[in-house]
Amino acid sequence: MNGILRYGAYVPYHRLSRGQIAAAWGGRGEKGERAIANHDEDSITLAVEACRDCLEGVDRSQVEGLFFVSTTSPYREKQAASLIACVLGLKPEILTADFSHCLRSGLTAMELARTYTEAGRARSILTVFADTRTAYPGSALEPWFGDAAAAFLVGQGPAGVLWESFRSTSHEMMDVWRTDEDRFVQCWEDRWVKQHGLLEVVSKNTRAICQTAGLEPGEIDRAVLGTTDPRTHRQLASQLRLDVDRQVADPLLDSVGFCGAAHVPLVLAHALEQAAPGQRLLVSAYGDGADAAVLRTTDHLPRARGRKCVSGHLSCKGELPNYLRYLWYRRLLEVQPPAPLLVGSSATLLWREREELYRLVGSRCRSCGEPAYPVQRICLRCQGRDEYDELPLAECRGKLFTFTLDNLASQADPPLVQSVVDLEPGCRIYTTMCDVDPQQVTLEMEVEMTFRRSRKAEGFYNYFWKCRPVR
Amino acid sequence: MGSIKDKVAIVGMGCTRFGELWDQGIDDLIIEAAGEALQDAGMELDDLEAVWASTLRSGMSGTVVADSLKLRGVPVTRVENHCASGHEALRNAVFGVASGMYDRAMAIGYEKLKDSGFPGMGVGRPPHPALMQFWTAPTGFGFIASRYFKFAGLDLDRGREILARIAVKNHANGSRAPKAHLRNVITLEQARSAPVIAWPLGLFDCCGTSDGAAAAIVVRAEEAERRWQKPVYVKGIGLSVDACMPYFRTGFDYLGFEASRNAARQAYAQAGIREPRKEIHLAEVHDCFTITELINYEDLGFSPAGKAWQDVLAGTFHADGELPVNTDGGLKCFGHPVGASGLRMLYELYHQLRGSAGERQAGHPRVGLAHTLGGPPQVSCVVVVGSERD
Repeated sequence: MNGILRYGAYVPYHRLSRGQIAAAWGGRGEKGERAIANHDEDSITLAVEACRDCLEGVDRSQVEGLFFVSTTSPYREKQAASLIACVLGLKPEILTADFSHCLRSGLTAMELARTYTEAGRARSILTVFADTRTAYPGSALEPWFGDAAAAFLVGQGPAGVLWESFRSTSHEMMDVWRTDEDRFVQCWEDRWVKQHGLLEVVSKNTRAICQTAGLEPGEIDRAVLGTTDPRTHRQLASQLRLDVDRQVADPLLDSVGFCGAAHVPLVLAHALEQAAPGQRLLVSAYGDGADAAVLRTTDHLPRARGRKCVSGHLSCKGELPNYLRYLWYRRLLEVQPPAPLLVGSSATLLWREREELYRLVGSRCRSCGEPAYPVQRICLRCQGRDEYDELPLAECRGKLFTFTLDNLASQADPPLVQSVVDLEPGCRIYTTMCDVDPQQVTLEMEVEMTFRRSRKAEGFYNYFWKCRPVR
Repeated sequence: MGSIKDKVAIVGMGCTRFGELWDQGIDDLIIEAAGEALQDAGMELDDLEAVWASTLRSGMSGTVVADSLKLRGVPVTRVENHCASGHEALRNAVFGVASGMYDRAMAIGYEKLKDSGFPGMGVGRPPHPALMQFWTAPTGFGFIASRYFKFAGLDLDRGREILARIAVKNHANGSRAPKAHLRNVITLEQARSAPVIAWPLGLFDCCGTSDGAAAAIVVRAEEAERRWQKPVYVKGIGLSVDACMPYFRTGFDYLGFEASRNAARQAYAQAGIREPRKEIHLAEVHDCFTITELINYEDLGFSPAGKAWQDVLAGTFHADGELPVNTDGGLKCFGHPVGASGLRMLYELYHQLRGSAGERQAGHPRVGLAHTLGGPPQVSCVVVVGSERD
C-alpha cells in the first residue's frame, strides 16, 4: 500500500488574541487568536518540530527523502531540507528538495512524494510544510495569519491514508504575492481575488475531481478546505454544496490562523486525528491554481498519528503579553541590539561539528560508560582515548539541575533562562530555556529539547538546541 | 613535587587606583603600577632582569609592557590564565628568580575593561559560537547560587540575605581602601533590594568592572633578608586547571570548585599548613560574586561544606573577625581588572603583613592567603605568603 504512513504537526507555543491586535490599533477585535512563532523560531525550526512529532517511534533510517515546503524559507539561496535532514539524522543518501513560492505547494509536494515512492524510487519521503508569513502591521490580513507546520511521511507500508485521486489546475493571476523585495504579503482587491481566484478556481477543480471519481458531495465524510478567513470558508463550502457543520473540517482559523503553504496540511492532520478508518476525505488547496485530492482512511489510521499532532499543540499554549512583543519577535520593531558580548560564528566549525550541534549527539565511554556532551575524545572519568559510542540526545527528556535568570545575556527579551540540564541518559548539557515564563522555572522541572534559531552571525543564521518545559 | 617555601620574597609592590579610569590608557596604568613597585623596592627600571605580564585581553604579548616602560633587552612574557592571570605572572616571576636565572624580576598585571562600551564583564575567551553563545560571567555563578541554596537548606530570602551580608562587609572594607573602585558603605536592605542581574544574584552580588594595574618585585629570599626591610616571603603557590568543562560536566555539583581545592592543597602542602582556618591570619579570596566568596570559604578549608553561611552570620570573616577576608574590599569593591586582580590581592597582603595597611590594618597577621578562580573551564591559583622566614 502506498499512502500516508505517519503524520504530525507543530504549532508554536505563543498565541496572540485578535483582541490584543485590535487593542493596539483600535477597532473591534475579531474573535479567536493566532499562533506566533517565537523570536527564535523560523520556518526551518517549525519544520523540524513537526518532523519530530511525525517521526516519533519511526526508524529514521527508513526515510529516503525530505521535501520542505514553505513560502518563508529563511534562505533565498540555500536548501532548508538539507539542514532539516541533518538535524533529524536522516541518512545522507536521500533525495532532499525545497518547494517554495506557492501557497498550494503542500498538496503538490505530497502528490509528488506519493508518486515517487509508488514508482519504487524511494521507500518513503518525509514531506514537511512550514510557514511564517508576515502581513503589514495594522492590516486586515494581520489578525488572520498564523505560524505553524505539519509533516507527513508518505510511502510504502501500512498506510493510514490512501489516495483515491488527485487533480491539479494552474491559474495565472496577480492576486497575492511577495516580490523579491517585499517583506509583507501584497494583494489586489479582495473581492476580485476571492471571486475569480479562490472561489472560482477551487470550486471548478474540486467539482471536476468529484465528477471523475463519481463522488457526490454528500458522500464526503470530511472536507479539508484551504481558505484564508471564515467568511470565504463558508462561501466555498456552500458553493461545493457541503454542510459546514457536519462535513467540513475545522479550518483552525480561530485557533491558529491561516498558515500559508502549511495550512491545508495542518488542517488535514487535524481532520485525520478525528477521522475513523474507512472514511473518505476531500482535500482542496488554493494558490496560483488549485490542487485537490480524494483520500480514504484505513484501519492503520490510529497508528499513523504523531506524538502531539495538532490537538496536542492547540492545548499547549501561552498568551503573548501584548502586541508589541509580536512586533519584536517578528523583527518589525527595532530594539536595542544585544550586548557586544555576543560571539561570532564559523561556517567551518558548524560543518565540522554538525553531528553534535545539529543532531545533538554526545558520547558515551565504552570502558566506563561516562556520558558527555559534546563528544569528548578523552573520557572525563577514565581518560580512555577515542573509545566511545555516539549518544543521541535530541529526543531525550531531562531535569533542570540548576538555572539562573540572566538579565545581562539578552537585553531585548530578558531574562534569559540559562539552564543546566541532566538528560535521561545521565548526560549533562548547558543551554537556555524557551517558551516559558521565567517566574515558573524551578529546580528539577522536567524539560525536553527543541531546535531553535539562536541568532544571525557572520551573515547567516545560527541554530542550536534549547530546552523547554514538558507539556 | 617540590616546594617554593622561603626561596623568594616580595620586596616592592605597586597598585593603581582601580575604577572607571576613563582618562587613563593601558600605558598609564602600567607606568603607575611599575613605578610605585620600583620605588617601593628602591630600584630603577634598569635593575629589572625579567618581567612577567598578565592580562586577559588588554594587548598581546610582552610588548605592551616593553613599549609602555621603554624596556630594551629585557625578557617580557605575557601570561594568561583567566582570572588567575595576575597570580600566574607572580608564579612565573617567582620561579624565574628561584631557578637562579634572574636576581630581580617583576610581575605586573593590568586590564583596561572600560574601553569596550559594555558595562558588564563579558566573557573572557573566544567562546564556542553555539555551545557558549549566551554565556555571561554571572551565568555560571547564578547556577551555583541556585544549587547552593538548595544544598545548604536556605530558602530564597535567607540565601539572599547571606549573600547581602558578604556584600555589606566588602563595601565596608572597600570604604577604607583609598584606591578601591567602590568606596560606598551599603546597608543590608540596599543589597537585598537591588535590581536582579542573574537571579538569584542582584547588583550588589556582582563585583566592580574596573580598570587598573598592580605589580610586584621579587628577589631571592636570602638576599631580601639581608638587604630589604620587612620583605614578604612566598610560602607556597598552588595552581590547578581542572579538565573538561565542569560547568557542563555530568556530576558536577555546582557547590564549589575542585580547582580551588586542588590549588589550596598544593599551596598548603608547600607552606606546611594543616589547619587553614587557624594558621592563616588573613585572606584575599576571589569574590567575583558574593556567592563565589561563600563557596571559597568552604573550598579553601575555612568552613565545612554547606556551613560557610553560618560563619557569615557569625562575622567570622569581618575585618575584626576570626579570619578577616578581603580587607581591601575584594574584587567586589576594590574592583576586578582581570589581569591585575591576583597582584592586587598580594598588594593588600603585603601591606597587612608589614603593618602598613593604615586604617584597614587587621591586627598583626603573619600569614596571608590570596586566591583566584577563573573560568569556565575552571582554573585556580592559591598563594600563601608570610612575614617571617622559617
